[in-house]
Amino acid sequence: MERLRRYGFVAGFLVVPVALYSVFVISPYIQAFQLSLTSWNGISSVVRYVGLGNFGRLFEDEVFWRALRNHGILLLVLPIVTIVIALFLSFLLNLGGGTRGAGMKGVWGSKFYRVVYFFPQVLAVAVVGVLFQAVYRPDADGVLNGVLARVGVDPVGWLTEPGLALWSIIAVMVWQAVGFYVVLFSAGMAAISRDYFEAAALDGAGRVRLFFSITLPLLRDTVQVGWIYLGIAAFDGFALILVLAGDKGEPDGATTILPITIYKTAFAFNKVGYASAMGVALFFLTVTFAVLTLRTTRRERVEL
Amino acid sequence: MTHPGEITRRQLLRRIGMTAFVAGPGAGLLSACATAGGGGDPTAAPATSIAASADPKNPFGVDAKKPLEVVIFSGGYGDAYAKDLHEELYKKAFPGVSIKHTATQQIGTQLRPRFVGGDVPDVLNNSGPEALDLAALAAEGHLADLAPLFDAPSVDEPGKKVRDTITPAVLDNAKIDGKDLVLNYTVSHRALWYNAKLFESRGWAVPKTWAEFTALGETAKKDGILLFAYPGQKGPYYQLWNVLYTAAKIGGNQVIIDIDNLVDNAWNAEPMKQAVTAWADIQAKYGDKAYFGLDHTQTQIKHLQNKVLFYPVGSWIENEMTKEIPLDFQYAIAPIPDVTAADKMPYGAIQVGVGENFVVAAKGKNPQGGLEYLRVMLSKEGAKGFTEKTKNLTVVNGAAEGVDLPAGLKSAAKAQDAAGENIITDARFEGWYKELFDYGTEQINVVMAGRITPEKFCANMQKKADAIKQDDAVAKQTRSQ
Repeated sequence: MERLRRYGFVAGFLVVPVALYSVFVISPYIQAFQLSLTSWNGISSVVRYVGLGNFGRLFEDEVFWRALRNHGILLLVLPIVTIVIALFLSFLLNLGGGTRGAGMKGVWGSKFYRVVYFFPQVLAVAVVGVLFQAVYRPDADGVLNGVLARVGVDPVGWLTEPGLALWSIIAVMVWQAVGFYVVLFSAGMAAISRDYFEAAALDGAGRVRLFFSITLPLLRDTVQVGWIYLGIAAFDGFALILVLAGDKGEPDGATTILPITIYKTAFAFNKVGYASAMGVALFFLTVTFAVLTLRTTRRERVEL
Repeated sequence: MTHPGEITRRQLLRRIGMTAFVAGPGAGLLSACATAGGGGDPTAAPATSIAASADPKNPFGVDAKKPLEVVIFSGGYGDAYAKDLHEELYKKAFPGVSIKHTATQQIGTQLRPRFVGGDVPDVLNNSGPEALDLAALAAEGHLADLAPLFDAPSVDEPGKKVRDTITPAVLDNAKIDGKDLVLNYTVSHRALWYNAKLFESRGWAVPKTWAEFTALGETAKKDGILLFAYPGQKGPYYQLWNVLYTAAKIGGNQVIIDIDNLVDNAWNAEPMKQAVTAWADIQAKYGDKAYFGLDHTQTQIKHLQNKVLFYPVGSWIENEMTKEIPLDFQYAIAPIPDVTAADKMPYGAIQVGVGENFVVAAKGKNPQGGLEYLRVMLSKEGAKGFTEKTKNLTVVNGAAEGVDLPAGLKSAAKAQDAAGENIITDARFEGWYKELFDYGTEQINVVMAGRITPEKFCANMQKKADAIKQDDAVAKQTRSQ
């Protein structure tokens, strides 16, 4: 009776959110798994099961492999570049000014910069996309190409050269993401006791030494979280790539990604079954990434 | 070509009333569609529950108490033509009837769940990037048979069937799996568009051969004008059309018909290779790669600024850009120049096609009302109003009579008149096999940018077409004309 009362109380709180979560999150997932075994076209009342046929086709689909290659590049580049820049900036904002009076300070004007860095995060992805369309415009009317034209350089097809397009898009993703991670890492840095920095500074440690020996080890958990967020973002990129490069992975499949391919396969080509199989593959990729990251970066907490 | 609805060019000329704005004889704007239309089986038994009676006021037995729901794709034509015109006409015929009007750009997102759930609108304008797969809907029996509509008495002339008041191409394009299920409502002319005033002021002549075309390219280059451009971002399908139509000009409409029918090696046909080679060559010598990254609006603005000479598009362009057209610009259509000395179609051949799909839901609440709504659309008043509101022509014969059409549309009518029987057909795989068309719009950029050879382009397209042919999840369609 005692147990029932205790667990009943907890369960009473949980029943509504769990029900909502099951209906709106879990059940669509299960349905996607079910649909991935069919050749359903999204309209037909007859649903034909094809076993694992969709997955077999997936392995021979060059568009799928191209998407995986692009996700691989995103996965390697996006988190590393974003985290390095965000760490550098947040260090400057919080501790880069050295010791002045009591405790560590950021560089001059850091409060202002903090707001400025966060601006891109406030903009909707679609707005960022349209903005960078103007920046990357491939003729002399483009922001970048306009500058290049003044110094006599021919316009560059930022989004139309196969070797350049994905990097141009990664640059936008980094530009937009950095602000958020600056704030995240700043919060992490604020939680580090000032005593450590002061002690180290008294012992003659410079800013570089302070960063690598004190800040980074103590920020490890925050960086790890950031890494997983960014890794998952690397599996997305839907809206930005749709606006900037279109839905065909142009040019030459350089910007093909799974979410857009899934969307098109399901809703433009009416192959809902096959699209669900792609979705299931994406699900496993994302989960595998998250688990691997957590496993490989797991370490005892730094004890001080 | 023995459709009962077929009429001679001279008859049509009188009937269509286009002589009002085109000088000279043989101004049948839609007459030449007969070459594209008239196929199929005109005597197909109307396999529908709705029988058309002879009552010209209400042939389908519409119940005025039943509400009607109309969904319009609010794209280039807007939705005012439906809301302020067709729906009002319907209400006039059935006083007190209530109409639910929905305008959307997300046809698929909004309607897919409704079709699956069984709560469907009565009339659907299936268009835009999210258009539903009509073949899939037809397979499910969702589309009402339009044969009773085509056999019903016309609103204006009760003694005449609707099918005899519209251009025959409609009847050919209505077919899915041999049944009349889709109404195409607009007529458009596709070829190369240019600024007639610029040509006049420079004393340039419209090029008739490829040699003249490239020579003009050299001349224009000196003035800093590009001979040709298409929007590589968002509009590469304009160039895919252009290449297909050029192939049809070289090798006849059979080239496109074979491609539509997924005939083995249709893409590897010699006219196709010649067409791709010719255009890739133009792009390399007279194009600018910046356009691969510009969208249709940006490119069309540059065209209006006389930075581009020829732009491959359809006759809707004039209405689309109407607010931007400067005083020294006047749209005119130019046929694709002769590529070889032995093109199957002579100079002057242009593409004239029907478009803008309307369907009636068979399992809706008011299919009779749906058919009646389409009959109202096909009335003279409905069609003329559409032309007035959108500056685009409809499939209804003579409906443009008395409408003050803009210059570009007049030039299109003249071009069609000059083309006579040499009308390039539409490529229907665009609607039938979206995946193939989509792939084509991606590959056309690759070949035009010179990253693959024309042979490789044809081989890639053939590979994709073969994959579609073998994919039993894709319903196959065929055409004979």
